[in-house]
Amino acid sequence: MSFAALRFSPGAVLAPFVDWLNANAHPLFAAISAVCEAVLNVIQGALLWPPALALIALVAAATLLSMGLRLAILAALSLGFCLIMGLWKESMETIALVTVAVALAVAIAFPLGVLASRRKSVEAVLRPILDIMQTVPPWVYLIPVVMIFSLGRVPALIATVVYGIPPMLRLTTLAFKQVPKDLLELGQAIGAPPRDILLKIELPAAKPTLLVGLNQCILLSLAMVVLAGLVGSGGLGGEVTRGLSRMEMGLGLRAGLAIVSVAVLLDRLTRGALQRGRRRPR
Amino acid sequence: MAQNETAEVLIDCQSLWKIFGDRSGAAMAAVAERGLTKTQVLQEFDCVVGVAAANLQVRRGEIFCIMGLSGSGKSTLIRMLNRLIAPSAGRVLVKDRDLAALSATELRQMRARHIGMVFQSVALLPHRTVLENAAFGLEVQGLPKPERLRTAEAALRKVGLGDWMQRYPSELSGGMQQRVGLARAIAADPEIILMDEPFSALDPLIRRQLQDEFRQLTKDLGKSAVFITHDLEEAIRIGDRIAIMKDGAIIQVGTAEEIVLDPADGYVADFVAGISRLHLVKAHSVMVPVADFLKSFPGRDIAGLLTTGPEADIDALIGLTMHSDDGAIAVVADGSVVGVVTTRNLLLGVKGTPAVAPDTGIARRA
Repeated sequence: MSFAALRFSPGAVLAPFVDWLNANAHPLFAAISAVCEAVLNVIQGALLWPPALALIALVAAATLLSMGLRLAILAALSLGFCLIMGLWKESMETIALVTVAVALAVAIAFPLGVLASRRKSVEAVLRPILDIMQTVPPWVYLIPVVMIFSLGRVPALIATVVYGIPPMLRLTTLAFKQVPKDLLELGQAIGAPPRDILLKIELPAAKPTLLVGLNQCILLSLAMVVLAGLVGSGGLGGEVTRGLSRMEMGLGLRAGLAIVSVAVLLDRLTRGALQRGRRRPR
Repeated sequence: MAQNETAEVLIDCQSLWKIFGDRSGAAMAAVAERGLTKTQVLQEFDCVVGVAAANLQVRRGEIFCIMGLSGSGKSTLIRMLNRLIAPSAGRVLVKDRDLAALSATELRQMRARHIGMVFQSVALLPHRTVLENAAFGLEVQGLPKPERLRTAEAALRKVGLGDWMQRYPSELSGGMQQRVGLARAIAADPEIILMDEPFSALDPLIRRQLQDEFRQLTKDLGKSAVFITHDLEEAIRIGDRIAIMKDGAIIQVGTAEEIVLDPADGYVADFVAGISRLHLVKAHSVMVPVADFLKSFPGRDIAGLLTTGPEADIDALIGLTMHSDDGAIAVVADGSVVGVVTTRNLLLGVKGTPAVAPDTGIARRA
């Protein structure tokens, strides 16, 4: 028996499957596509509807009221930077995409992460999947996603969600495992229903680590959204891709700095929002 | 400290077992059939016996101490009383209801309304104020906010934390944190409070203070308590009755005086050896009957002796002896002389041996 006969080609197995999905589940994917597009349009529309300066003022004012002066200045500066770079529209597109992707990633990762922290078997199944998700180069899973959803914002969104899930899921599991045993015992001993134990004991105790997970999720999603410029996500990622393909140093750099600015904004604002109103001694 | 033996039994443990390990079920069956020892269970099944055949009754109004060293199974035992740990065999009846037969909701209600618990680690929620922590038990019971805060406020005042309600736990000392834990337990107004080594991590002075306050508060509120400790002196200070645990088994149950005067075995005897008898041993335990006294000292005038009650402790008896001419004190109960304490009896009492009739040398059990 020749060695060549032992060769395994995953593509030969997967391609018919993807074809089959395309042929038979097309309405489902079309529906997913339509919903994603609609949600993205709403958020993007809301961000682009007011004049840029008005939105910056609004965000700064809201931040000032809820999180203080320092963050308000930071928000105004980072959004202002995007504006003077001439990338306002692209920045808003990217923020909309990241917002939706992170919301979806958290919605999937959080419950799975909690489940994994409670059942060893779930964690055992999830761990290798997460390892694969994080180590396979992201371009690779852009391929099947594009095959199913074709080019545009939706495959970018889905690839981003896939990329954002592992850090959130892992840190959710860690966060819930780190909840002190005596607090859980307290919940049992005072006869708290499982819902109260989750919301009033576990969640507050897990919050700092969950916050780290959310940050990671946002920053990695942003990185992926930029990569997804390759498949036509538009936004800042599209500009970076354009700069690369035309070898335009200036455009690439402008878009890159705008991405940093958006990253800082999202990171600090989520952190501030989650710590708001909570005095955390110690 | 005599307990009312007719008071209602609130907690009844019937031959309670807990075996930990992957094959605990098989191990339990083998113990039931063949009566394996702890070591055999470990060898054959790789399982650890946490609690073995424990029986105990806690009555209304009583503070019941469980004393044992670490690893003796006392923490496991107390967690079976509210079913934080499910027993491998045996039954726990709380207020005549078998905990194993309760549904999840009924068990939660039982814990919320009837069994409070205080932990060694205090287990306060760091992001909530002292007041919110004290009200937490009521909050998960679904009480409206104004009502639960009012109740928690009253509980905090009872433990002397009226001025600290808006602080956070990390701003409080260890002793104060444990008071919050106690306030949280009594705020829910349970009949039974389980205390899992609550004062073990505190420094000695604060510990003593809290011991006295806890005993006073429990008695004032008419609560019953099961109190876990590894410190026999603490058990004696606090407990109406004391159970001594070793290797998962309860080896003796009795009042402090009974345990000190009549230890069940060498292990208990070693424990009580260092305990001061001054406030523990009472006149009725060291006195000799009037007839025996008269046999040794014929013609002595009983009526001329200084008198005291049967519950007077050795400390008080020594004080009285200093004022008596001949070193003998009459013990009077219900208006008649029931016995006499001589200086010799006192010395034996200090030593911890039961009373001996002066001439016969025959031990008389208290």
